[in-house]
Amino acid sequence: MNPQRNTLAVLVDNEAGVLSRVVRLFSGKGYNIESLAVGTTDDPAISRITIEVLADDQQINLLSNQLRKLICVHSVKSLRPEHAIRRELVLIKVLADHAEQRNEIIQVANIFRASIIDVSKSSLTLALIGDESKAEAIQNLLAEFGILELVRTGMVALERGQYTIDEQTKEKGEFDYGKNVL
Amino acid sequence: MRMTGAKILLECLREQQVDTIFGYPGGTILNVYDELVNYEGVIRHILTAHEQGACHAADGYARATGKVGVCFATSGPGATNLVTGIATAYLDSSPIVCITCNVAAPYLGKDSFQEVDITGVTMPITKCNYQVHDVTHLADTVREAFAIARSGRPGPVLIDIVKNVTWETAEYTPLPRSEHASAGKLHELMSRWDFKAPEPDSGDIDILCGMIRESRKPMLICGGGVVRSRAHRELTAFAHHIDAPVAVTLMGAGGIRGTDPLTTGMIGMHGSQASNIAVDNCDLLIAVGCRFSDRVALKPDTFAQHAKIVQIDIDRAEINKNVATDHHIVGDAKRVLELLMERLPEQHHDEWKAEVFAHPTETYYDERPGCMTPGQILSAIAALCPQDTIVSTDVGQHQMWAIQHFHFDYPGQLLTSGGFGTMGFSLGAAIGAKVGRPEKCVLHVTGDGGFRMNCNELATEQYYKLPIITVIFNNGVLGMVRQWQNLIYKQHYSQTTLDRGPDFVKLAEAYGLNGFRATEIGQFEEALKYALASDRGTVIDCAIDIDEMVRPMVGGGSHITDFMIY
Repeated sequence: MNPQRNTLAVLVDNEAGVLSRVVRLFSGKGYNIESLAVGTTDDPAISRITIEVLADDQQINLLSNQLRKLICVHSVKSLRPEHAIRRELVLIKVLADHAEQRNEIIQVANIFRASIIDVSKSSLTLALIGDESKAEAIQNLLAEFGILELVRTGMVALERGQYTIDEQTKEKGEFDYGKNVL
Repeated sequence: MRMTGAKILLECLREQQVDTIFGYPGGTILNVYDELVNYEGVIRHILTAHEQGACHAADGYARATGKVGVCFATSGPGATNLVTGIATAYLDSSPIVCITCNVAAPYLGKDSFQEVDITGVTMPITKCNYQVHDVTHLADTVREAFAIARSGRPGPVLIDIVKNVTWETAEYTPLPRSEHASAGKLHELMSRWDFKAPEPDSGDIDILCGMIRESRKPMLICGGGVVRSRAHRELTAFAHHIDAPVAVTLMGAGGIRGTDPLTTGMIGMHGSQASNIAVDNCDLLIAVGCRFSDRVALKPDTFAQHAKIVQIDIDRAEINKNVATDHHIVGDAKRVLELLMERLPEQHHDEWKAEVFAHPTETYYDERPGCMTPGQILSAIAALCPQDTIVSTDVGQHQMWAIQHFHFDYPGQLLTSGGFGTMGFSLGAAIGAKVGRPEKCVLHVTGDGGFRMNCNELATEQYYKLPIITVIFNNGVLGMVRQWQNLIYKQHYSQTTLDRGPDFVKLAEAYGLNGFRATEIGQFEEALKYALASDRGTVIDCAIDIDEMVRPMVGGGSHITDFMIY
């Protein structure tokens, strides 16, 4: 099976050392993390980590099982692209020496619904929310003006519809146990 | 009651009925050792020669008794000396709790004297680890650590306590172990997870029953999970109920009696012909508590290629990890086997058994005129030592010979580093076993290479008057590595010849133990008889041939029946 970009959502204790416990599971098995985003949830004691890796389904299953064995991990869910919404925030600082250039960049920003969040005599900074295809498209268009700097927050994702990360399944029951028994 | 962190720690160990600790003191753990003086007669501390020995001893104690082993070490080098021992326990799912102390909070993160981030170091080799910064969290942390170490698939847990916590005081309320689950942090954790094994899925059991009914050539693998779950009676009863041959992994030894008519002996790289060929020919393979390591499923793609593979494991993360299976049941081996028994009528597979047992289940080693063979030594041991002798082995040829030759009858009878393959494991483990099971005869089988690694623990053996019998299979080389060099590396014996001291007999005597050298079997028998009657430890240095090999052998990554040598 060919490796694809997979999204894993992981609920963890919001405590020191938890991120390194989670991340080392990936590095220890030779996976490069393509994208990583961490932040607290509606419960301040719980953080949500969104990790994207290149892996096939079987590998994702194994990774999920091993993540679930960590005591600091509450739940793990693999979010399939067709059932999930994925977004990241991209900030792009573009060279804009002349008024014409600035106008053109603003037009591009409008088309992509990116906002201009900073302006100086010689630069413009854009903020864009989207998935990687949108970010890639605007990046290609802005490249000719000269991108000075670009930063991404990392992808965050939620399942579509009313489903949440906490839903009970038979496998999850088994996993919950496995979590304690590493 | 208000008390210091050091006292809270020891009180919490009493809650866990800990009466034995293996350890080594040092600067940061001094407060704990200072308090330990007040627990004389309640907690026995075994001072080892080295922290690694303490960790292996705690591991050996846990394997032999089924209880949680405990070891103490100080910060920095004390803590890092535990690392090999922790990894050994982790790979073989042995429940130990390691307690280290670290520099006081103001010195943390400043490369202070004897400071190391031991929780960072041990993250990949523990089920869980903690650094305690707040004395009010200490009791909860210790309770949680023990619960995690022993629950489900057991394993090592490390607690690192910063020094100021050991002198600071907090309120401590004694709490019996039975009430831990309903109090404090553990209660919170229990509300998220069930620490008990899950009840096996009834539908999954029925599916397996159907598969067993349809099968004409069923086969069982008895793995380490059977030993950890102490499910030996259930496995034996189940095997006889469905009349299926049982191959045993290294870690599964003792999961079924070694002399049981249904056992085909060890499986894997040095497995018996009967085991390996049967696994290749069976139509249903039920692996109980076995993770299909690369020493068992040497080539996962062709492993049990004609069979439907069913995995029974307590750890969901082991399912399909190494070998793709057709069906699985997650649960405790004991419970799963009980449920299967209830739902299945008795089966008979005489034709299949005749096919399986047409191949040898044990290796017969030829006698060589003019020199002592491992087979002779092991036969003499089996004849002279009690049948329930606990055997601790190191890693290498002697390990395979001993396990092929002895018939282990109960879980915890064999102590061996299977997963991690730790040379130097055995003496520490034997000490732990003898401390935990003083009524049993403890035999320590080792090679000259492995013994030299950690023979410093002879001092511990002597001091605590532990009459352990050490048998060194001395071929003057790193035998197993040389065997590979012989078979695979064109006889390039690179750095495997150990033609050097010490004189093990004099070494034993220097430590105050009995030392004997045996070059022929009569001498060995006499030495062993002396050792069995002696109340102090004995080292018997046995000269064996340099080119004695472990047979049979399947090369790493090869199909399980492609024997390089028979």
